[in-house]
Amino acid sequence: MTAPAAERITYREAVKRALCEALRDDPRVFLMGEDVGKYGGCFAVSKGLLDEFGEERIRDTPLSESAFVGAGIGAAMGGMRPIVEIMTVNFSLLALDQIVNNAATISHMSGGQFNVPVVIRIATGAGRQLAAQHSHSLEAWYAHVPGLRVVEPATIDDARGMLRAALESPDPVIIFEPISLYNMEGELTEAASDVPLTGARVHRPGRDVTIVTYGAGLWRSVEAADELAGGGVEAEIVDLRSLRPLDDATILASLGKTHRLLVVDEGWRTASLSAEIAMRVVEQGFYELDAPIARVCTEEVPMPYPKHLEDAALPNPARIVAAVRRMIGHDR
Amino acid sequence: MTVEFRLPALGADMDAGTIVEWHVQPGSRVKRGDVVAVVETDKGAIDVEIFEDGVVREILVQPGTRVPVGTALARIEADGGPAGPTAAAPGQDVETPPAVPAREAASEPRAVAAERAVATPAREAGSRRKISPAARKRARELDVDVESLQGTGPDGAITLDDVERARPSAEQVESVRPAETAETAEAVAVPAVTAGEPGGGMRTAIAAAMSRSKREIPHYYLSTTADVTDVVEWLRAHNASVPVDERLLLAALLVKAIALACRDRKGFSGYFRDGRYEESPAAHVGVAVALRGGGLVAPAIMDTADKPLAALMQDFRALVMRARAGRLRASELAAPTIILTSLGDAAVETVFPIIQPPQVAIVGAGAVVERAGVVQGQVEPRQVVTVSLGADHRVTDGRLGGQFLADVVARLGKPDSL
Repeated sequence: MTAPAAERITYREAVKRALCEALRDDPRVFLMGEDVGKYGGCFAVSKGLLDEFGEERIRDTPLSESAFVGAGIGAAMGGMRPIVEIMTVNFSLLALDQIVNNAATISHMSGGQFNVPVVIRIATGAGRQLAAQHSHSLEAWYAHVPGLRVVEPATIDDARGMLRAALESPDPVIIFEPISLYNMEGELTEAASDVPLTGARVHRPGRDVTIVTYGAGLWRSVEAADELAGGGVEAEIVDLRSLRPLDDATILASLGKTHRLLVVDEGWRTASLSAEIAMRVVEQGFYELDAPIARVCTEEVPMPYPKHLEDAALPNPARIVAAVRRMIGHDR
Repeated sequence: MTVEFRLPALGADMDAGTIVEWHVQPGSRVKRGDVVAVVETDKGAIDVEIFEDGVVREILVQPGTRVPVGTALARIEADGGPAGPTAAAPGQDVETPPAVPAREAASEPRAVAAERAVATPAREAGSRRKISPAARKRARELDVDVESLQGTGPDGAITLDDVERARPSAEQVESVRPAETAETAEAVAVPAVTAGEPGGGMRTAIAAAMSRSKREIPHYYLSTTADVTDVVEWLRAHNASVPVDERLLLAALLVKAIALACRDRKGFSGYFRDGRYEESPAAHVGVAVALRGGGLVAPAIMDTADKPLAALMQDFRALVMRARAGRLRASELAAPTIILTSLGDAAVETVFPIIQPPQVAIVGAGAVVERAGVVQGQVEPRQVVTVSLGADHRVTDGRLGGQFLADVVARLGKPDSL
């Protein structure tokens, strides 16, 4: 046995590999969505899959999210393992009825007689100048709903590994893929094909402040942490990975070390995941707090199209650095 | 210079106490270590010592009043020297919480009482001092007066760092040692017990300490059965030759044996704090004393290894008596570096003892019982006792623990050299 070699690939390639592996390993798995076949996917994730797996398993659908997500739910109940791709989270709203009223409830309402092992992949977030109807981060809407599992891989290993874990779940899993990360390159560790579906991870250890984040926010936080380290402030970054259920224990353990919490959330601030995380920390870790909890979220505007405005609206590293410095006070 | 004598935390889990009586009055001369007051706490009435030499100027809290830890109890005109940790900040007019009858104070919601201990009496209403929750908690644990601190956090809030910086220096820490042991988050967070429920406060204190122990300390347990036939005989002979009040108990021999084993073997007598173990320079063996009516305290016999058996027994007897009368000194309760818990009275044979944090070891002893033993190939009745050790795996391993336990038992077998 040789040590697993790390290989540099893009996030897009990692997702594609996960899809290929799943399609090869399990004949019940198929992929469907808008433009996933002939066009190779809106973000080119499924390019080439049609040639390898054929039209039966790589299915182009009409532009009707409600119909094809519903079909996916039905197929899952019938014993298949469908992977349904929705082009952006904004479009997923057309399928909310299927996801919230059917996928999330059927196991419960059938007294456990039917499971819905559907995996729904949804591209999310801003950063590619796709404007206000293709750029939002609505993960929190789904994280609100019991009966769903919601994950957002931010690393190459998770992008590759979480799909397999999701397909093993008996319940519907929504995988959010940040649009801005598809081109990101990173190392894929072979051993990482076995990642867990839930549980947060300390992405970078530090002692002064805990930054809880997910998705594209992870890399903005890493950039901010690099800058903060230059000033002697060591930020610990917790990558949530799973947005439902949330891993309170990992967050609280980190807070127990740093006593300061910043949440970096690409969603809007009001009624957001960041609000939920902050409240859980207040409920369970109040006496560990040495500064008010702070948040860096997307500005409460429809995402602007111009690059400079889009950058300004997002939780960028400069805003993260400033929030941490405010929190630490004037002694550093 | 005038300094304030404040109510110290007389244990890890105390946050308030009731003044029972004063042994001094305005004009009394006091020196460091004098017992100046008796304070009723969850652990019973405790004699409170003063840390300053000087003259009592004014008594600020009258008997019967329940006040939070840190409240100024009296003003002392100190004999020169640097101000201790109890000194008021220069020019600061520190108010004390208004004296209220004990009955009212006890029924007052704890949150209000705690608030008083740290909030700013001298500040205008509406401009509450900004202190982070973590700093507030730590200040109470360290007995740091947050009023004297300058906040460096956001909006000038007092932070953990500010409190840590104000922590009394090493010399001062010694004088307020009981407060220093108050480092359990859980202990402080434990809700107050209802007054008028005897033993309730102590139950809460024990619950907090033992929960923390089981949660944080990876215990390992060892036990061995010691043949004490000869020791029991030695004791009988010795006790026949001395007056009743000088008679020795087997437990006293065991206490001495533990202290001597601690002197020669590292890792059993000390404290595990902030992720590291510190060996105590001298072993102060605590003896667990069950109280009538329930509850448990473990006061220390100071410098146990240096005491001849007779003196040790005298201390032992006095401790048990004072513990049962509820008159222990604060220093005795905070001092143990290792504890002996003996359940022989209860006809228990083996004790699986639980460590009292931040200590790292505890020795248990069961009843002396008669069992069939083999001596030189013959079965004969022997007196045996099971001695056990609960020890902290973060500090020692079973092998060292086994050697320690064997050492204790070997020393117990040679009472003449104890």
